[in-house]
Amino acid sequence: MAFLCLPVNTNKMPQKIKQLHKHLVTSVSEIADNYFILSFTRKFKFKPGQVVAIALDKSHEPRLYSIASSNTANEMRILFDIKQEGFLTPKLAKLKAGDSIMVTEPFGEFIPSNSEEWWIATGTGIAPFVSMIESGIKPPKKLIYGARYLDQFLFQDLMLSKIGNNYMRFCTQEKADNIFNERLSAWIERQDTLPKQIKYYLCGNPEMVVDVRDLILAKGVPFENIMAEIYF
Amino acid sequence: MSKQALFGKTLNEIKDICKELGMPAFVAKQLADWLYKKKVSEFDSMVNISKKNRAILSEQYIIGLTNYNKVQESVDGTKKYLFTTVSNQFIEAAYIPSENRKTLCVSSQVGCKMGCLFCMTGKQGFQKNLTTGEILNQMVSIPETDELTNLVYMGMGEPMDNIEEVMKSLEIITSDWGFAWSPRRINVSTIGVIPAMRKFIEESEAHLAISLHSPYNEQRKELMPIENVYPIEQVMDTLKEYDFGRQRRISFEYIMFDGVNDSPEHAKELVRLMSGVNARINLIKFHPIPDTPLTGSSDVIMERFKEVLEQKKVITTIRKSRGEDIYAACGLLSTKKMLEKNQDKDY
Repeated sequence: MAFLCLPVNTNKMPQKIKQLHKHLVTSVSEIADNYFILSFTRKFKFKPGQVVAIALDKSHEPRLYSIASSNTANEMRILFDIKQEGFLTPKLAKLKAGDSIMVTEPFGEFIPSNSEEWWIATGTGIAPFVSMIESGIKPPKKLIYGARYLDQFLFQDLMLSKIGNNYMRFCTQEKADNIFNERLSAWIERQDTLPKQIKYYLCGNPEMVVDVRDLILAKGVPFENIMAEIYF
Repeated sequence: MSKQALFGKTLNEIKDICKELGMPAFVAKQLADWLYKKKVSEFDSMVNISKKNRAILSEQYIIGLTNYNKVQESVDGTKKYLFTTVSNQFIEAAYIPSENRKTLCVSSQVGCKMGCLFCMTGKQGFQKNLTTGEILNQMVSIPETDELTNLVYMGMGEPMDNIEEVMKSLEIITSDWGFAWSPRRINVSTIGVIPAMRKFIEESEAHLAISLHSPYNEQRKELMPIENVYPIEQVMDTLKEYDFGRQRRISFEYIMFDGVNDSPEHAKELVRLMSGVNARINLIKFHPIPDTPLTGSSDVIMERFKEVLEQKKVITTIRKSRGEDIYAACGLLSTKKMLEKNQDKDY
């Protein structure tokens, strides 16, 4: 195919998105069945809630991951689950300390507000909230977290210690004390009212985000108060 | 193992297949000709390929064309076609005839990950990326295939989130060995996934349509979660890096929501944002969908908005709504009702 559209001015490029920088992997660990933490050297400042794009090398398309670590730690962490048909995650899981990966500067605007907040997440969607809590951001009024199985409540010790009873876990396939055995969407739907002046932060798979957003909207929360982060 | 489809393979991929099967190199060109020019649906029709080679091909491959399952026709002549994918999921394509054009709006994904507040497709979540063959099948398996004058990638899904397959489909449509269409008959939309958009701009010559919907970051974030990672100014900065020439068109799609993004201030800010980008704006009437807090702006407000833009020399059109009665209009395509019920969910 022809390559007619060539860059005419490289000075204005959104560098953070475009440029990949070499980082050293410090560890890869499986923290639950199929869920991994990848840690690597931190080279850039970031705001809790931001993302980085990661690739194995410059020849492959980078993918976006929310940062799941404190903004003062020496290492940066991301959280991922292996997508069997995916290109990158099976390879990320096999990385060893000392390997290198390519990472962009952090970017993104899913960052905390000055208002009271509810955080709602499933799966690896907990990542930006881990970063917020570890960075010392004011805890939310509620953190609502959904999983299929009990071992999938990632970072639950951290969340229990910082958020206490306002950390609500919803497990759809298994039962345990202090954990709701239902879908988080069912619990939200059952509430007569929801606070309308606070901000709702939603992060997780797109289906959860759109379904829960519709539920919250139906309870009268203005759409201006709902922030959604999608994973793609 | 199920047989792979040949329809949707690029010429280079077909050459590799022929080599692997021990066939002479010229067979690849013949195959491409049968697939994309003559659009045959069975190997036996490929009469200039030897019987032996046809038998080898049919042992390992299928052609891969599938008929539509259902068609609905609007009072305005728009038709909505429903197709089943290989994995037994459903997609829709909209055929939109007008006096001068016969446009087909194709899907690039089953569902969508982008979660835009105003879009029906987003409400069904994401199921899968379409293959190149599944994208092209929408074009060739409708009765109007030979009448089509224009193609828009504005159906279900975000094309830039399936960029590899979309690029291959564009290669097949625009190559001499393929459908041999001019890329100027094709328009690909995006909400601004910058890395893939960059690839599209550099490696294709088709037109680009960007879903904008608000010039203000905070408001765009509320309408379109993508704004969190790829803010609209960065989309604009990326566009300014390229020389699109005189023939290639950039347009901004702007759905108008009553009392949300339809004020004169929005129009002025839009002009400021677009400064330095040679583009036109299409204003689109919002078609209300279930569970959305948004409603469409009135015709009067849309006209006023258009006037503000035109006063600033921005080429602006108010796009006619088509196929609304059969849910084929902009943002209304969805196969959510056909998804399996009681899926194992974590929320």
